[in-house]
Amino acid sequence: MPALGALPIAGLAVFYAWPFATLLGRVLRPSSIGDTLHSPGIGRAIWFTCWQALVSTVLTMAVGFAPAYVLARYRFRGRRAALAIVTVPFMLPTVVVGAAFLALLPDGWHGTAAAVVLAHVFFNVAVMVRLVGAMWAVLPTDLTAVARTLGASPGQVLRHVVLPLLRPALYAAASVVFIFTFTSFGVVKLLGGAKHSTIEVEIARRATQLGDIDGAAVLSVVQLIVLAVVVWWSARWQRRAQHTFTAGHSTRRPRSRSERRGVALVMAITVAAMVAPIAVMTARSFRTSSGWSLTPWRTLGANEVRPGISLGVDPLGSLAVSLRYAALATVISVVFGGLAALTIASARRHGRLLDAGLLLPLGTSAVTIGLGMLITFDTGPFDWRAAWWLPPVGHALVAIPFVVRSLLPTLSSIGADQRLAAVTLGASPLRAWWEVEVRRLPAPLLSAAGFAAAISLGEFGATTFLTRSGRDSMPIAIDRLLGRTGAVPHAQAFALATVLFVLTAAVVAVADRQEADDARRA
Amino acid sequence: MLDVRDVSLSFDGHPVLQRAALQVPTGDVVALLGPSGAGKSSLLRVIAGLLVPDTGTVWLDGREVTHVPPHQRHIGLMFQNEQLFPHLDVAANIGFGLRMQGATKTAIATRVEELLTVVGLQGFGQRRVAHLSGGEAKRVALARALAPRPAVLLLDEPLTGLDRELHDRLALDLASILRSTVTAAVLVTHDHDEAATVADRTVVLGADMT
Repeated sequence: MPALGALPIAGLAVFYAWPFATLLGRVLRPSSIGDTLHSPGIGRAIWFTCWQALVSTVLTMAVGFAPAYVLARYRFRGRRAALAIVTVPFMLPTVVVGAAFLALLPDGWHGTAAAVVLAHVFFNVAVMVRLVGAMWAVLPTDLTAVARTLGASPGQVLRHVVLPLLRPALYAAASVVFIFTFTSFGVVKLLGGAKHSTIEVEIARRATQLGDIDGAAVLSVVQLIVLAVVVWWSARWQRRAQHTFTAGHSTRRPRSRSERRGVALVMAITVAAMVAPIAVMTARSFRTSSGWSLTPWRTLGANEVRPGISLGVDPLGSLAVSLRYAALATVISVVFGGLAALTIASARRHGRLLDAGLLLPLGTSAVTIGLGMLITFDTGPFDWRAAWWLPPVGHALVAIPFVVRSLLPTLSSIGADQRLAAVTLGASPLRAWWEVEVRRLPAPLLSAAGFAAAISLGEFGATTFLTRSGRDSMPIAIDRLLGRTGAVPHAQAFALATVLFVLTAAVVAVADRQEADDARRA
Repeated sequence: MLDVRDVSLSFDGHPVLQRAALQVPTGDVVALLGPSGAGKSSLLRVIAGLLVPDTGTVWLDGREVTHVPPHQRHIGLMFQNEQLFPHLDVAANIGFGLRMQGATKTAIATRVEELLTVVGLQGFGQRRVAHLSGGEAKRVALARALAPRPAVLLLDEPLTGLDRELHDRLALDLASILRSTVTAAVLVTHDHDEAATVADRTVVLGADMT
């Protein structure tokens, strides 16, 4: 089936490799590297990027520890719901999280590093709960029981047995959180104010406000190098820390009264912390300077605040734009991702190369993707900057690796045996491929489509470069509204962010349910 | 002297132990038999302090320990699947209990060497536990349980999963090791021959136990 692979490879070449090569071309001039690294603000941005990522990672690990433990070890009523609530923030658009923390935190906190770090912790607790919790759940309880009988207190068991054995998961979670917070864009842009910008925000500022494309390109390559080092390092650490143990199954009901109280307390605090920012944001969308009001919602469709005075932002229009983008991005990423997954699954060795190629955009930050496309498609027959389909193509580039990832398990579980069995039963090879592989796809495709749509709806980094005024997507419109002064635009931003939250949560819920159904059927 | 009095325990409303009683005088090795589901393992966990009984008490050398946490009881426990610490080598596994007590490095090293000799594994100290054979892993688990000199040693089907020849050899070794080192031991098993080889007397859980 090599012909099938041609389409995703061509797409990757045009929309990822070419822009990336253009970007590198800008960087490989010594003068631009020197100029950029000595220009004012760079040192501060790099310093802030590093330390906020470190602090966010350490805090996320610390805060996520208790919920990860409780959700991994105990069975109790509402556990599945709690797990879903803790996981949701991770899937939310960065702009929604940024807006929610603007709504939640008092004005004095806006523009502070603390606000950025808090939002990052909120965002990433799910990583801790999911990655570390998954490993904790299979850690045999008999192992810790033995340690107890050998004289280890609960604290000693944690320090000498549990933590060393969880180390691979802890490293994995730490590196994922570090990478996400290191490349944080939306949250920092909304909450960091003028004084705090990450490399990612600085790239966007240079490219879109200062017109310093070379500087932006240099920064994005610097960032890419740092990320590559972190990924390589953490993979090495994880391998070294790996120990084999027989997986146990160890969830149980809390037994004593103090255990029940502990479980209830940890879950209550966690769920409250997860719900509060979104709830406050929704509440504040009904709040204007004159008290509670429906005005912000009612005026979402109106481009003008007062007759003749335009806001320059069309909130309801952005909803239509976002839905259109999401539809196109979903179709593109499902078609390309589906073909790529089929190719990877049937052409094992070369498939791995394509697989790695498709993961590259994932490793490249969204802002870098946007910047690359901006500076590549600006001349000659390829001047696509004004094309309405360019933003969704960028979104699809970000989403395709996820689509491939969610389809591959189904495809590679089928294996050659089943295809062979179909052929011996009298099916032609093509028919066998169709019956055994393609027909198996619709269910995982639907869930992949859901995740692609969610990614597109919330995409902010690449869109910042590719958007054209009058065609703002929801994240862009929310950012613009928050930049205006006045209670009504802010309340409108919160209203729009609430809509985006509901849309994303609904799409993710559908995709998630589909995935759960698949798992049950398998 | 271990004394279990009238212990009852239930999980989620299902009774597991009903008024179980057991006495093991110092120096005695008792084999605990009974059909699966009779609560043998649960009784061991109650003695070790890993489970707290609904009613009844556990006494150790004249002291009531029913609510004393496991790490303060001085009771050794060896599971059927050895549950060696995969991140530690053989010596660190055996020395774990002493390290938790804050023993000095030299004291730990001396005791570890001593126990490696007792279980017949001289020179195995630096081995990784993942590279041990089934019989070797059981010997390490036994040495680890013995290292802190527990007042009572509990063995939960310690020889299950070995081939016949190895099983019989280890049963003899276990019998002599228990005779020479431990003050009291309870052995849970399905195997009557094993019980006869290792233990001084046999108690059937579910029947009259005194």
